[in-house]
Amino acid sequence: MRTMKGIAFAIAEAIDQEMAERQDIVVLGEDVTYWGAVFGFTMGLHQKYGRDRVVDTPITEQTFFGMAVGAAAVGMHPVVSLMFVDFLGAGFDQMYNHMAKNHYMSGGQFAMPVTVLTAIGGGYGDAEQHSQVLYGLFAHVPGFKVVVPATAYDAKGLTISALRDPNPVVIFGHKLLTGLPFLPFEGQEEDVPEERYTVEFGKAAVRREGSDLTMVAAGLMVHRCLRAAERLAQDGIAAEVIDVRTLVPLDADTLVASARKTGRVLIVDEDYRSYGMTGELAFRIQEGAFEALKTPVRRLAVPDVPIPFSEPLERAVIPSVDRIYEEARALVTAPARTA
Amino acid sequence: MWKPEPSLADLQYLVEKAGLTRDALLAAYRQMCLIRHFEETIADRYYIGKTPEFNMAAGPIRGEMHLAVGQEAVAVGVCSLLESQDVVVSTHRPHHHALAKGVDASKLAAEIFGKQTGLCRGKGGHMHLFDKEKNFSCSGIVGASFPQAAGAAFAFRQRGQRNVAVAFAGEGAANHGTFAETLNAAALWQLPLIIVVEDNMYADSTPKWAALAQPHQFQRGLGYNVPSYLVDGMDVIDVYRAAKTAIQRARDGQGPALIEAVCYRYRGHFEGDAEEYRTKEEVELWRALDPIPRLGNRLKKLGWADDATLEALRAEAKRAAEAAVAFAEQSPLPDPAEALTGVFR
Repeated sequence: MRTMKGIAFAIAEAIDQEMAERQDIVVLGEDVTYWGAVFGFTMGLHQKYGRDRVVDTPITEQTFFGMAVGAAAVGMHPVVSLMFVDFLGAGFDQMYNHMAKNHYMSGGQFAMPVTVLTAIGGGYGDAEQHSQVLYGLFAHVPGFKVVVPATAYDAKGLTISALRDPNPVVIFGHKLLTGLPFLPFEGQEEDVPEERYTVEFGKAAVRREGSDLTMVAAGLMVHRCLRAAERLAQDGIAAEVIDVRTLVPLDADTLVASARKTGRVLIVDEDYRSYGMTGELAFRIQEGAFEALKTPVRRLAVPDVPIPFSEPLERAVIPSVDRIYEEARALVTAPARTA
Repeated sequence: MWKPEPSLADLQYLVEKAGLTRDALLAAYRQMCLIRHFEETIADRYYIGKTPEFNMAAGPIRGEMHLAVGQEAVAVGVCSLLESQDVVVSTHRPHHHALAKGVDASKLAAEIFGKQTGLCRGKGGHMHLFDKEKNFSCSGIVGASFPQAAGAAFAFRQRGQRNVAVAFAGEGAANHGTFAETLNAAALWQLPLIIVVEDNMYADSTPKWAALAQPHQFQRGLGYNVPSYLVDGMDVIDVYRAAKTAIQRARDGQGPALIEAVCYRYRGHFEGDAEEYRTKEEVELWRALDPIPRLGNRLKKLGWADDATLEALRAEAKRAAEAAVAFAEQSPLPDPAEALTGVFR
């Protein structure tokens, strides 16, 4: 056990420890050698495993995702970097029409063991084309497992699970949780075991227990919810904070159980508001906890506009601790519905 | 005929140089006949329920249908040189490649009919054929085959296997970004990849002059330092000769190659295509180059077959195609509950 700051180190260590024992893993993507896939997810691997196993690709998302499909079909486990999730448009055909479907289309003949690493999120002034989250898009298409680690412990364990999974898994690492020196850090230093371990997909984590309301989030928003919960506690409001960890598979049971306990739910998301995670989670919660809900489920998300550049504009669209706190207070003080 | 028809002496020389035996050429003839009859039998059944009014959802075979009648020589010339572990990634027009790679005709037909006994248990259909055992797959998305075959080639190089991967595509797909991207990557990493561009003159309905700034893909290949061959795709011997060199080089670790095979599809882009974009005269002109009689005539010229032998091979192929389709017709449809299985392993 030692203290670790951020998910980037944890993800890189997970890949390293699996690569050391397995020849089937290769790392592909832009800038995966010297720059560690820019956001650190592959840092140190090139020095250890060389350019034959850690391969800088030309800037050709369609082609290196297609290569991952072809290599997985003959038994490799490619780890592919989609540097910013915003770049998915350049390679998405190979992902959603092939990687996500070939197992199904082939009647189960072809496994697609591919781990995709991608950096998400804003809050540091990178604007419309470098600040999106977009995991809702991947979660919408059948065939991807969608993993959003909020802590270094989870990042390592979820990455090892991904590397042992015979299906395409996309790991969405938030830039403000990477722990890299050139970015703000909103996570916490934490203890991470040195040995290998897995974190199971489809198990949400209750990060803070409470009885007055439930806040549900993923990635960076988990930390902002926890900070909002601390302030709510000073007001005498006990907020429960749930980290969904994986959107696919989704642990609806934990969400429903918490909703049944508190009767009030706020879903916080850094993805676009409409047709995304917030709507899906709200549906699952009402499906399982309808009669226990005291008020309609509320949500805070990016209000269906691109992420703007200028700081006050950016702050106006990405959920902040202040706005989560205010929304939670409004939810708790809203009158309970009468049966 | 844009390449000279060899004299007997030249033909004997070419065949010997290529290492082609009588048995190999007779096998190629039979395989091309199987593909031809298979495609024509599928076409026959496809129109059941679709005449007089053409309704794509009607009849025993639903959806689009892209047949490769006329393009048999390309598939057979290349795939007859492949081993079981070699990978083929094909296109939306995949039957000839599948059969040439050794995919079972009955399971192939059953998949086209959407049956439980099909290659993919009815989940893929005609444009999404997969055979793990034969290392065959395809995609209905134009341009998708290049990087996927490159990925398999990358794996082979990585593991020190002497296998190759073949990407088939049309000349329309050669306008896709993946074509240029894959040529660059394959040359950069010296992958054992063979890109075969089947230039059948039309991308759907678009004649190549309307879509290609220059008519030849081999020139594009050479620009990426990929050895590139322009072959007569209506001549199985010409295809075979180039493919043999290309595949041998790739197995020996000398990197990728491109084969541009100029050919022609006698049927429409899809069944039901009104073919407004070409004349009947043009189709007839290309009939003179039909790869099956051309090979038959050469076999006779070489003294390796007579009319009776060729007729017997054609009859055998026809029986095999009919048997495959009969198997498909008699097979059960899948249980609807299967639709909800298999997204994840």
